[in-house]
Amino acid sequence: MQAFTTLTGVAAPLPMINVDTDKIIPAKWLKTIKRTGLGVALFESMRYNEDGSEKPDFVLNKEPYRNAEILIAGDNFGCGSSREHAPWALLDFGIRCVIAPSFADIFYNNCFKNGILPIVLPQDEIDALMREAEQAQNPTFTIDLEKKEIVRPTGNAPIHFELDPHSRKCLLEGLDDIGQTLERAAAIGTFEGGQRRDQPWLYREA
Amino acid sequence: MATARTLFEKIWDSHLVDQQPDATALIYIDRHLVHEVTSPQAFEGLRNAGRKVRRPDATLAVPDHNVPTSDRSKGIADETSRIQVETLEKNCREFGVQLFGMNDVRQGIVHVIGPEQGFTLPGTTIVCGDSHTSTHGAFGALAFGIGTSEVEHVLATQTLLQKRPKTMRINVVGDLPVGCTAKDVILAIIGQIGTAGGTGYVVEYAGDVIRGLSMEGRMTICNMSIEAGARAGLIAPDEKTFAYLKGRPMAPKGAAWEAAVSYWKTLPSDEGATYDKEVVLDAAEIEPQVTWGTSPQDVVGVTGRVPDPKAVKDAERRASIERSLQYMGLEPNTPIEEVRIDKVFIGSCTNGRIEDLRVIAGLVKGKKVAQSVEAMIVPGSGLVKHQAEEEGLDVVFKEAGFDWREAGCSMCLGMNPDQLKPGERCASTSNRNFEGRQGKGGRTHLVSPAMAAAAALTGRLADVRKLA
Ligand code: SF4
Repeated sequence: MQAFTTLTGVAAPLPMINVDTDKIIPAKWLKTIKRTGLGVALFESMRYNEDGSEKPDFVLNKEPYRNAEILIAGDNFGCGSSREHAPWALLDFGIRCVIAPSFADIFYNNCFKNGILPIVLPQDEIDALMREAEQAQNPTFTIDLEKKEIVRPTGNAPIHFELDPHSRKCLLEGLDDIGQTLERAAAIGTFEGGQRRDQPWLYREA
Repeated sequence: MATARTLFEKIWDSHLVDQQPDATALIYIDRHLVHEVTSPQAFEGLRNAGRKVRRPDATLAVPDHNVPTSDRSKGIADETSRIQVETLEKNCREFGVQLFGMNDVRQGIVHVIGPEQGFTLPGTTIVCGDSHTSTHGAFGALAFGIGTSEVEHVLATQTLLQKRPKTMRINVVGDLPVGCTAKDVILAIIGQIGTAGGTGYVVEYAGDVIRGLSMEGRMTICNMSIEAGARAGLIAPDEKTFAYLKGRPMAPKGAAWEAAVSYWKTLPSDEGATYDKEVVLDAAEIEPQVTWGTSPQDVVGVTGRVPDPKAVKDAERRASIERSLQYMGLEPNTPIEEVRIDKVFIGSCTNGRIEDLRVIAGLVKGKKVAQSVEAMIVPGSGLVKHQAEEEGLDVVFKEAGFDWREAGCSMCLGMNPDQLKPGERCASTSNRNFEGRQGKGGRTHLVSPAMAAAAALTGRLADVRKLA
């Protein structure tokens, strides 16, 4: 996984609440057996007309947001299914940071596994960032994960954000969870020994 | 005396492998269900790293999302769907995981077959790369959906890194009125607390109404916990739970059964245990529920009307209602009972079980599906289908004009050919009414099985209580 330290890029405003995972990537795209190639279908129903042409009003079809690397959205972003195809599609499009007042749990977790940083901020700060992303000449923001700060294009004071230490460390170092957990194999083995003794019915012997 | 603990706390505590100083916990996973859509990249990850599946005996796989629900003798026509199902078969062979293949009578929706086989057991931790894993909480198991990276993590290590969630208890009290079902209860709960109301929580459903529900009804409730934002829903195991599980193929037998039951009886929350949040819902005030919008919280009683965005103060909420109504093709203030429908979909992991089919058969026996309506019934599993046919329900359905199909997810999400066409309006017993969920441009109204039967017979979102 690619480490996340700082990110400087255009932020696209998407002032919608409850953006569900079907909206981020519809079911027909879930037939893939790969993690890549989903960027073209990101936000498909909002981004394209029936005939496949672009809807000119959708933010990611407009300059400079076509090259957005940051997305600013409304409450409860990523609700719905567990599909990791949603963060894969964002990543494949080039988005590595989503900022919203709240996220759905599974989507939030899935982001970290893919080097995407989800940032939670209070609604008034979201509103301010949303305005800047819409109105600034050059809506380029810098996300500094080391300092936990968002540096704004307008020169207004940076916005501070919080993140739990474990998730932050994993992103900063690009750590592979599985490798780390396997280092604790002894503890897992001990647990299994105890459980097998107390609840043998949980072990279906072949 | 030891401190009083909730059902959730008992399960959590007994699955802690290791607690890190930064508050992340490594918890052990007892049961892992796998389906074709969210697993290929996980198995590929294992293969690339040269890792094995740690507990094949704790893992069970089934294709459900992509499978056709019509004649399967010719296999799957759509090439990408076929490759995904074949990839699952190949991965299961390579990694030694048990699979119920497409033509196995035990095949079905992953959340239907787990309980049906007795793979789902009280007091366990259960995961699946699918958000409706919350269903299994009906058995007093801590069950939640995970992403594909976590699927890989569980396959390789049989554990997950988790932060301890908060706890919420929802007490459903009073008497559930005639004509109302578990589906109406959970839709009413979501309407009350909102689609993000449960975010960060594990919800325990309690109260007389919940105790009174069958296991099928409890599964319907827990299934839709995720629609309220909660990753997991829980219901304390009781005699009904044990009766449901006894004799199931993968449930413990003989002395192990006795030992298991006496352990399971220690699981219900202790008297005096506390929750981070408590919600009370008076069942007496519920009427059959119908969604009008594109989020499960957009719900109203069947005697109600489509809302008027003009009456909503909050600008974001107003914009979201306007957008929903435009998508749904509905005028503000229209009485729900006047909304005409084109299709009826009965099935899904919410309402595709035998009890649901019995309710519908009781309502449609000797009657006919309205001329203008196409109605399909997709059983939740091959065994549900078999059982229904044993009871002659299929004959009742076919005589009434329903399309009786093979088991799978089907039009719940339209990954197989069962899809709505743009603009088509459907009364559906599934769990999500998101834009495009049942097919691009399709319009979904979530209802109970009984209400779906009423819609099929009348051609509109009818009140089942008024059915002659
Ligand atoms: S029936 Fe629907 S909700 Fe349930 S697992 Fe299948 S697609 Fe998901």
